[in-house]
Amino acid sequence: MALSSSQSEKISVYIQKYQDKPGALLPLMHAIQDDLGFVPEESYASISKAYNLSVAEIHGFVTFYHHFRTHLPGKNILQICRAESCQSMGSEDIENYCQEKLGIDYHQTTKDNSITLEPVYCLGNCACSPAIMINEDVVGRVTPEKIDQIIKEARES
Amino acid sequence: MAYKIFIPRDSSSVSLGADKVYQEILNESKKRNIDIDIVRNGSRGLFWLEPMVEVETSNGRVAYGPINIYDVNSLFESKFFLGNEHPLFLGITEDINWLKNQERLTYARVGITDPVSIEDYERLDGFKGLKNSLKLSSENIVKEISDSGLRGRGGAAFPTGIKWKTVLDAPSKKKYIVCNADEGDSGTFSDRMIMENDPFVLIEGMIIAGLAVGADQGYIYLRSEYPHAQKILNEAIDIALEKNYLGKNILGSDFQFNLEVTRAAGAYICGEETSLLESLEGKRGMVRYKPPLPAIEGLYGKPTVVNNVISLATVPIIMDKGASFYANYGMGRSKGTLPIQLAGNLKQTGLVEKAFGISLKELLYDFGGGSATGRPIKAVQVGGPLGAFLPEAQFDIPLDYEKFSEIKAVVGHGGIVAFDDTVNMSKMARYSFEFCAIESCGKCTPCRIGSTRGIEVIDKIKDGLDQEKNVSLLRDLGDTMVNGSLCAMGGMTPFPVISALNYFPEDFGLEKTET
Repeated sequence: MALSSSQSEKISVYIQKYQDKPGALLPLMHAIQDDLGFVPEESYASISKAYNLSVAEIHGFVTFYHHFRTHLPGKNILQICRAESCQSMGSEDIENYCQEKLGIDYHQTTKDNSITLEPVYCLGNCACSPAIMINEDVVGRVTPEKIDQIIKEARES
Repeated sequence: MAYKIFIPRDSSSVSLGADKVYQEILNESKKRNIDIDIVRNGSRGLFWLEPMVEVETSNGRVAYGPINIYDVNSLFESKFFLGNEHPLFLGITEDINWLKNQERLTYARVGITDPVSIEDYERLDGFKGLKNSLKLSSENIVKEISDSGLRGRGGAAFPTGIKWKTVLDAPSKKKYIVCNADEGDSGTFSDRMIMENDPFVLIEGMIIAGLAVGADQGYIYLRSEYPHAQKILNEAIDIALEKNYLGKNILGSDFQFNLEVTRAAGAYICGEETSLLESLEGKRGMVRYKPPLPAIEGLYGKPTVVNNVISLATVPIIMDKGASFYANYGMGRSKGTLPIQLAGNLKQTGLVEKAFGISLKELLYDFGGGSATGRPIKAVQVGGPLGAFLPEAQFDIPLDYEKFSEIKAVVGHGGIVAFDDTVNMSKMARYSFEFCAIESCGKCTPCRIGSTRGIEVIDKIKDGLDQEKNVSLLRDLGDTMVNGSLCAMGGMTPFPVISALNYFPEDFGLEKTET
């Protein structure tokens, strides 16, 4: 899919903004994803030209990091912690509950496009396990009731 | 006069509803026309009691918790703002056993103040370490840190003083201080608590590090899962700049230091220092060969101090109170204190800063209060996902780098995750390999491929296929990974796996043997 003109415009502004910054790719990709919701593969060519990097290097960079995605996610991102502390407090049940309720697996988006489900390996909220993160908000000591509420709010948003 | 109320603002307390409680208390006070002054402090780390609300009284601060929005009405009914009794009344905060029995040095201010109030920070001994350091030569600052016995709190426990000395002695006009804030180990949150609850102590530690080795630029490489910490750090950095603790001619001296937060992007491996440096340079986080050490050729090939948040945040108190003050805590070669994080299946979870030497048993039962589910604790994992699982028979071991290494375990970053007896340890071992397969940077074959082969071998053992042969294959794979990987990801993943196999063979469908 080709980029819209507003997307291209935004991307070139960010490319310029970080042009002279050492280690530019990290803040650049964050800026693009924070704004557009993802890092479009169509942007690689212009980044490659401006930063004197090969497209392969840019592709390699983006795909190395779990945080970056090359496709637009649903309106809300629900991350479920799968790490040890949360496991010890029943995160597997929470994981199954979410997958069943949303009818999707990890890395998938619900049909109504309201929620994308992602695994995460530790939110640093291990004293309040099990934990999840909805967009930028962490929720601790999660129960199925709390999940119901979160999903309801996400669908209404 | 307004009543002073404290409601925490750190992300854990907020994850349990602290913002809603704040709003409710604010609304209720307006409705009742009661003049209150709310301070959004950090958490003191008693997470089973969060959101914990405190009130300033003439006898000191008193606490109530855990507070739900539905408790707010009854709090006002009992006039909690006067420090009155209530079913959720916890008494004088500092007299709560959990806090009273700690030795908070690095965490001295955590939970007490508004994290971004530089006035509070200065009033509570902040920047004293920096002021002392500005009067000393670089060599003498490094000597003080060496004498304190401080070792890298990120997990590797390398003496901080030796690292600083190497960077100091490396001839270069440009040097860097990099703070490793990519706290990815499950069961750990002490870095996050420092950054969210006392960001100035980290900033001060980094300035002192810069002064000690002659670096004028610092980076905090912060994991992307911590957006809350990022906001607070950036706010604190702006304030420090404004007050001339950062920037040019710091406090009237010739020294200049700039500091910046770089947001990571969700790769566990970037907590490994060379991978972190690659990432910071805008590349894939592939682990580098060592030597050269980052202290000689680090960021952009320049001499670089890479220290964990807690190591750097401990520097100010050492430079304030002296090396011997700090070195008097602890045991053996493990000097000072460690912020221990009690996590997972425990009744009382949170942050315990204690001198080295405390036993796991004391931590799990005296502080932790036993399991949250009320069932026996079957195993604990100390030091994150690469740390060994330990059975109850090992709970007497004191927290000490050398003692742990004698039993092939690690203290690591001080995270302790407890599991009750419903856990199946072969499943945990399998998960360790799964995690390694997901997070490996892919450079070393034993880590990249061994992790996936390991999952398959465990499945075969559990299915009862050629068990004897497969157990020996699993041990052999472990050896290969330990000896054939560049960094701790591949080199330590066998620790949890083999410890689970040794201590809990019955969970793998094997006969229980004496170990």
